[in-house]
Amino acid sequence: MIPAKFDYLAATSVEEALSALSQSDDAKVIAGGQSLLPVLRMRLNAPDLLVDIGGIDTLKEIRDDGDSIVIGAMAPYYEILANDAVKNSLGLLHKAISEVADPQIRHRGTLGGALVHADPAGDCGAPVLALDGELVIAGQGGERTVAAVDFFEDLFTTAVGEDELLTHIRIPKYDGWGSNYQKFVRVAHQWPIVAVGAAVKTDGGTISEARIGLVNMGSTALRARATEQALVGREATVDGVREACDLAAEGANPPSDLNGDADYRRHLATVLTRRAVLAAAGG
Amino acid sequence: MARIELTVDGAQVSDDVEPRMLLVQYLREKLGKTGTVIGCDTSNCGACTVHLDGRSVKSCNVLAVQANGHEVTTIEGLAEPGSLHAMQEAFHECHALQCGFCTPGMIMQSVDLLNDNPNPSEDEIRNGLEGNLCRCTGYHNIVRAVQAAAAAGATTAQPAAEKVEA
Repeated sequence: MIPAKFDYLAATSVEEALSALSQSDDAKVIAGGQSLLPVLRMRLNAPDLLVDIGGIDTLKEIRDDGDSIVIGAMAPYYEILANDAVKNSLGLLHKAISEVADPQIRHRGTLGGALVHADPAGDCGAPVLALDGELVIAGQGGERTVAAVDFFEDLFTTAVGEDELLTHIRIPKYDGWGSNYQKFVRVAHQWPIVAVGAAVKTDGGTISEARIGLVNMGSTALRARATEQALVGREATVDGVREACDLAAEGANPPSDLNGDADYRRHLATVLTRRAVLAAAGG
Repeated sequence: MARIELTVDGAQVSDDVEPRMLLVQYLREKLGKTGTVIGCDTSNCGACTVHLDGRSVKSCNVLAVQANGHEVTTIEGLAEPGSLHAMQEAFHECHALQCGFCTPGMIMQSVDLLNDNPNPSEDEIRNGLEGNLCRCTGYHNIVRAVQAAAAAGATTAQPAAEKVEA
């Protein structure tokens, strides 16, 4: 399967990429291309121009910035996985990325590309949302920062405008928090039917704070806020967290498809949330 | 058309290609490197796996223009002509194939796996090969071959002959 014809620009700077985007009515940015190329090959999309940001080295950095970690939009998954600061301070994101597709895809694919692709079944959106990430978006008028909660607008739709570029992801550190990512699939390297990511802070066996992200439970990545609030002050035991985790699907509007109907997904979300919270709390 | 210059299996090549040309097409149709095969053509099966700057990628999911300025190794460049890489030797010895279609990708991914983790457990091998599908035999002998190659100390750059002496 071959994509439809397109023009191609290998941008060497953010400015060059932005200028090309502003001059085309129908351009697409390609980062690692691991989601975009299948789309182009199946001709679900056929842009006139492909702007390749793979050669912009400033977008590949992963930086420890004191209270937060900054990940460039072009940093490939395997580089993020190899980064000790990410592993130590963003455990939930690290665990979710280790479950993305397969090693070959993780060598090419990028966190930035996945977030802008905004597939609600993607592994990364919900963790970035749950961890209160911020997205730095560049346009010709300058940079703006968007909170993850405002970034994911709808199915495959984000706050990044046609002439804009996601350049960095900034996520506050969660030192001392436990984390776990529960991905429910029927076969290897499938998109999750449902996945749940949990980051939990405990104090002597009691949960003091929790962040829960839901994958494939609606048209965007979601956060289980009712569960997060209900977990505070609970003992990190099966009985201690059960009631709170039963609220996980509150407000969610999951899809029905061949892998399961919406009710099944709602049930799955509560079970996976319980497992993720207990594992994250070390219980 | 776009101008690309890259290294493929140690040789410098340059070409004018359509931007939409996939790396796997370029390798097979322009360079005649048909050792790299197209299996599913949807980036699922891993049969087209090659190394790009020493890391495994699915060459049906990379544009040839994205490989501009980079180094590609295919199954044909894994060992010197006439010799086998230790991983190829291990697949042969352990009968890790039936029809052989998935084999080029399996071997390239297995080499990448050992580069990352020279002594993987069985679980780590199965996880490391999760992006490569075999539809003939299952994975039992493939896992055994990777274990055998790991025991023999297989790495990317050295052909099997050199490994035996090492």
